[in-house]
Amino acid sequence: MKRSKKNIVRFFPILILLFFTTSAFAEEKEELNIKELIFEHLGDSYKWHFFEWNGKDVSLHLPVILLDKNGGWHLFSSSRLEDNAVYEGFYIANEGQNKSKIVEKDETGAEIRPWNFSITKNVLALFISVFIISASIMSLAKWYKNDKRNPPSGFLGFIEMIILNIQDEVIKPSIGEDYKRFSPFLLTAFFFILTNNLLGLIPIFPGGANVTGNITITLFLSFITFLLINVNGNKHYWKEVFWPDVPTWLKVPFPLMPLIEIWGIIMKPAALMIRLFANVMAGHSMVLGLISLIFVSVSMGVAANIGMSTVAVLFSIFISLLEVLVSVIQAYIFVLLSSVFIGMSRMKEKIKEENYIEHH
Amino acid sequence: MSLLTPDLGLLFWMCVSFGIVFFILAKFGFPAILKAVDERTEYINKALEEAEEAERKLATINKQAEAIIGKAEEERAKLLNEAGELRNRIISDAHEKAEADIRIRLTKARSEIEEVKQKALTDIRGEIADISLKIAGKVVDEELKNDKKQQELIDHLLKEEIYYKS
Repeated sequence: MKRSKKNIVRFFPILILLFFTTSAFAEEKEELNIKELIFEHLGDSYKWHFFEWNGKDVSLHLPVILLDKNGGWHLFSSSRLEDNAVYEGFYIANEGQNKSKIVEKDETGAEIRPWNFSITKNVLALFISVFIISASIMSLAKWYKNDKRNPPSGFLGFIEMIILNIQDEVIKPSIGEDYKRFSPFLLTAFFFILTNNLLGLIPIFPGGANVTGNITITLFLSFITFLLINVNGNKHYWKEVFWPDVPTWLKVPFPLMPLIEIWGIIMKPAALMIRLFANVMAGHSMVLGLISLIFVSVSMGVAANIGMSTVAVLFSIFISLLEVLVSVIQAYIFVLLSSVFIGMSRMKEKIKEENYIEHH
Repeated sequence: MSLLTPDLGLLFWMCVSFGIVFFILAKFGFPAILKAVDERTEYINKALEEAEEAERKLATINKQAEAIIGKAEEERAKLLNEAGELRNRIISDAHEKAEADIRIRLTKARSEIEEVKQKALTDIRGEIADISLKIAGKVVDEELKNDKKQQELIDHLLKEEIYYKS
């Protein structure tokens, strides 16, 4: 208790300083579109914005790689498209369906999107996280190459603990016998989600990108899970889909139950996709919204601004801490449910009945 | 809502980067780690078993050692006892032997002395007889010459004889 009080006292001057700087900031920008600001931070971008210095953006311009409508490749820096500039016929759309995406004009003058393989902010964040994951896990593997007797300590020990825990407590009991076939993917997915979740919480480079809060990423991961479930499904699994143990009238004239089951096949991974995406995105939006409160409340006067800022900062600290928890939980849940679904599609009939009796 | 529409470019890069990381980890990362951990677990279990075995062995060895030490102590006490007895016996034997020896020597010495004495006496007697015979001869010789002188000599000889004898 004493310590936490001391910490608050220590933080107080920083808070006050923060209010003054934000007030100074907000005076410059008269109008604030909060919705746009939040969406800009949640979405992808062709540059990595670091901070503002003397009214100028300091950011990393990322390479744009395009395949145009005629099949020609284009590679240039995204700085060419700054401030609505048109470069080689490409520009960033300001509004409409393709807002903030790179577009070109076809013969009729309509905006169309070229094949876009640009290294965007999310792609760069992806590369960074992949590098971090590979480096940390390979260094653990290297440890064991050198020393087979002693367990590693510190960070490597932590990674080893996670690997063993996920494998022994999640994957093994959920999938059963031949869990070893699936554990590389599930472990990779766990570390991928966890690393990107945690990197997303760090507000400065190399963190801050909203990778796991992007539906493309979660779509990819859950599609792999979808494939693993259905490709490895056994006879009994497909029998349950097309001819489940229900009264015959539920499946003969009109295949109601099979339709529901098929819908379930799609919805199981889709739920995984939406859950991860929504959780991470919601966390980011909450923090951004709370921080935005500071800027919004400037127009309400100094007292209101200070009050709101205190509340906003404290709340965003709380939400950020919560997000650390959510990062771990979501990674865990994704792997847990994936392995449960895979395990269910490989279950033998007898075991399934026993489980049914146990659970009801 | 651009947030809800998947982006093909990002999907492409996701396939590439996730594919690479999956390949690396599935080929060189996780199997090596899990194998090493299994091996370590086995090693630890084995080491524990061996330690237990060693402990058990040590306990039996300790017991054996104690038994051996106890036996040895008993043996030592026994040996010491025996040695003491032996020493006493040897000493007493030596004493007895020495005494017997002394006795034998004494007897021998005595008998020798006796023998020498007898011999000396026999010799002396012989001498005396010789002397007596000589004296007697001389006396007989003198008598023929001087009676008076004969008488004196006999006296003198007798005196001498008596003196000698006493």
